[in-house]
Amino acid sequence: MERFLPLFTAVPLLAGFACLLLKRAAPRAAPALSVASMATLLLLASAAAIRGEEGVAFAGGWGVRSSGEGSFVAGIALVLDGLSRLFLLLVAVVGTASAVFALRYLAPEEGLPLFHVLFNLLVAGMNGALLAGDLFNLYVFLEVASLASVGLVAWRTGGAEVEAALKYLVLGTLSSAAILLGITVLYAATGFLNMADLSVAVSGGAVPRVPLLLAAGLFVAGFGMKTAAMPFHAWLPDAHPSAPAPISAMLSGLLIKTLGIYALLRVLPVVTGMDGDLRAVLTALGLLSMWGGVLLAQAQDDLKRILAYHSVSQMGYVLVAVACGTWLGVAAGIFHAVNHGLFKSALFLSSGSLERVAGTRRLSGMGGLFRRAPATSAGLLGACLSISGVPPFNGFWSKLLILVALLSAGQPAMAGLAAGAALMTLVTFVKVQRKALFGPLPARLEGAREVPASMFLPVLALVLLCLASGLLWPAGVDGLVGSAADAVASPDGGPGAVRAYVERVHGGGPR
Amino acid sequence: MRRDEEGLSEIVRTVARETLAVILVYGLGLAFYGHLTPGGGFPGGVCAACGLVMAVLASGNRSGFVAAIRGRVAALEAFGALGYLGVAALGWTAGQFMQSSLPRGTPFTPEGAPFLVILNLAVLLKVGAGLFAGFAALVAFGREAPPAGGGEGRA
Repeated sequence: MERFLPLFTAVPLLAGFACLLLKRAAPRAAPALSVASMATLLLLASAAAIRGEEGVAFAGGWGVRSSGEGSFVAGIALVLDGLSRLFLLLVAVVGTASAVFALRYLAPEEGLPLFHVLFNLLVAGMNGALLAGDLFNLYVFLEVASLASVGLVAWRTGGAEVEAALKYLVLGTLSSAAILLGITVLYAATGFLNMADLSVAVSGGAVPRVPLLLAAGLFVAGFGMKTAAMPFHAWLPDAHPSAPAPISAMLSGLLIKTLGIYALLRVLPVVTGMDGDLRAVLTALGLLSMWGGVLLAQAQDDLKRILAYHSVSQMGYVLVAVACGTWLGVAAGIFHAVNHGLFKSALFLSSGSLERVAGTRRLSGMGGLFRRAPATSAGLLGACLSISGVPPFNGFWSKLLILVALLSAGQPAMAGLAAGAALMTLVTFVKVQRKALFGPLPARLEGAREVPASMFLPVLALVLLCLASGLLWPAGVDGLVGSAADAVASPDGGPGAVRAYVERVHGGGPR
Repeated sequence: MRRDEEGLSEIVRTVARETLAVILVYGLGLAFYGHLTPGGGFPGGVCAACGLVMAVLASGNRSGFVAAIRGRVAALEAFGALGYLGVAALGWTAGQFMQSSLPRGTPFTPEGAPFLVILNLAVLLKVGAGLFAGFAALVAFGREAPPAGGGEGRA
C-alpha cells in the first residue's frame, strides 16, 4: 500500500486537470470526473482504514540516509499513520458527499468545469498536507488547498463573494506567511525540513529556546488562523457562507481541520514539543473560540452564518480538549473534530437544500418546511441533534468525552465552561429547527417543493454516519480514533508517540 | 481601432519581434539544462510566458486575439500538468512514484537524465501556459459577454 500513497494526491490532481483539459470539449464530464475521483479516494481511504495500514513512501525512490551523526531523510517522505489515515477517510467521505450533492445543486453553466478543477485541487491540497512528512511540503499543499478555496469562495463573483474572498485571501496569506517564517526559523537552526529529523534535532537541543518559542508561536498563530480560532476567526463567517453549499461543507467540514487542527496536532508535538506554556495558549484560544463563536451565532439570522460561527465554537472544543495534554484529551479532540466534520458538512449541505426550497437563507423567511421538504428537513434535524449533543448522536459522545478528559486532567472549571457552551449550542439549534422546519408555513412558501434525491441522499448518508459513529463508537470507532490519538500522545504521557513517529519515518523506505 | 488594440510604436514592435524567438529559446534552454545549471521548468516557463506577454503588449491585442486563444492556452496548461503526472506515475514501473524509469545517459549532458528533462519540459508547459492564461484572463476582463450564472468570464 505505501507505494501507492501518492495516489491520494495524484487522483484528484488527475481529475482536476482532466476537467480543465475537457473544459470546452466535454464540459458535462467535469461533475462525473469529480464524483469518480472522490469515490476512488473513498475506496483507497476505506481500504487503508480497514486494514490499519501504516507506512512511509519516499517520492522518487529516495529514502533514509545514515551519516556519522545518525539517520536523516533524503527526499520527500509521505507518512501514513493512525492520524493521517483517519483524516484521509474524513476527507474522502465528506468530499464524496459534496461532489454528489453538487451534481444537481450547480446548474450546468460555463464556469462549471472550472469549479470542479478547483474542487479537485482543494482535495489534492488537503490530502497532500495530511500525508506530508516534511514541513515544506505541508506548507506547499496547504497553500494549494488555501488558494483553491479562495477561488471557490469567489466562484459566484458577486460583490459580497469577492469581498469575502479578498478578506480570506489576505488573512490566509498572513497565516501562511507566519507558518513559512516558523519553518524558516527551524530550518535556519537545524538545516532540516523533515519533521522526524527536526524532532531528533530539536530534542537534542539544536535549537535554542527563544527561536524554538518563536517558531512555536508562529505555528500556533498560522495554524490557529487556518483553524479560525478566535481571535483569528474574522475571515470565516464571511468566507464560508459566501461559497456554494458543497464548498461551504468542504471548508467548514474539512479545511479548518486538515489545515488547522491536524497540522497543529502533527507539527507541535513532533517538532516543537507541547509544553505547559504552549498548552495554556491553546486552551485560551479554545475557550475564547468556544464561547465567542456560540455567542456571536445567537445574533445571526442567516442560516449559513449561524453554522459558520458554530464552526468557530466547535473548533474551540477541539483545541481545549487537545490542549489538556493527556491521551484522553487528544482522543476526545480528534473524535470531536471528525464528528464535527460529519455533522457540519451535513448542516451546510442541508442549508443549500433549504435555500433551494425556501428561496432564502434567512431563518425569518422560513417556517413549516418539514411538511414541504421532509427528506431535507430530516437531514437537517439529524445534523442539528448531532451538533447540539443529543444522545445517541456522535456529538453527544465526543462532547461527553471532552468533559471527562477535562475533569480527569484536573480542570473542572474548564469542563463547566465547555458544558455551558454546549448548552448554548443546543439553544441555537432548537431555534434553527423551530424557525425553519416547524411553525406556520409562510404563504410565500405554499408552492415549495423537495429537492432532488441526489441532494438529500448525501445529507442523509452523513447523518446516518453521525448516528453510526454515535452508536458504534465503543466498538468500531474507538479503534480508528484510538490509533489516531496513539500517533499524537502516549497513554502514559511520555514521549513514546513522537519516538514512534520518528522510528517509523527513519525505519521506512529503501536505504 | 481601440487604444489597446493598436500596440506600441514601430520601434518597440520591431525590437519585441526580433527578441521574442531568443527569449522563447532561452526559456526552453533553462528547462532543458535545468538538471545541470540553475534553472528548470519553472524559471523556463516564466521566461517563455514573459516573452509572449511582451509580444502581446508590444503588438496590441488585435481583434480580441488574446481572448480568443484563452481556452487553448488553458488546455495547454492542463496538458502540461497531466504530462507531469503521467511521467511521475510511470515511476511506479521502476518502483516508486516519480522514480526515474528511463535509461540514463552520459552524466552532465542534456540527455544524461531524460526523466528529469521530460519533467522539466512538462513544468515549462504548465507554468508558461498558466502564467500566460492569467495574463489573458486579465486582458479579457470585462471584454467578454458575462456568462449566464457568473463564473470564469468575470473572474
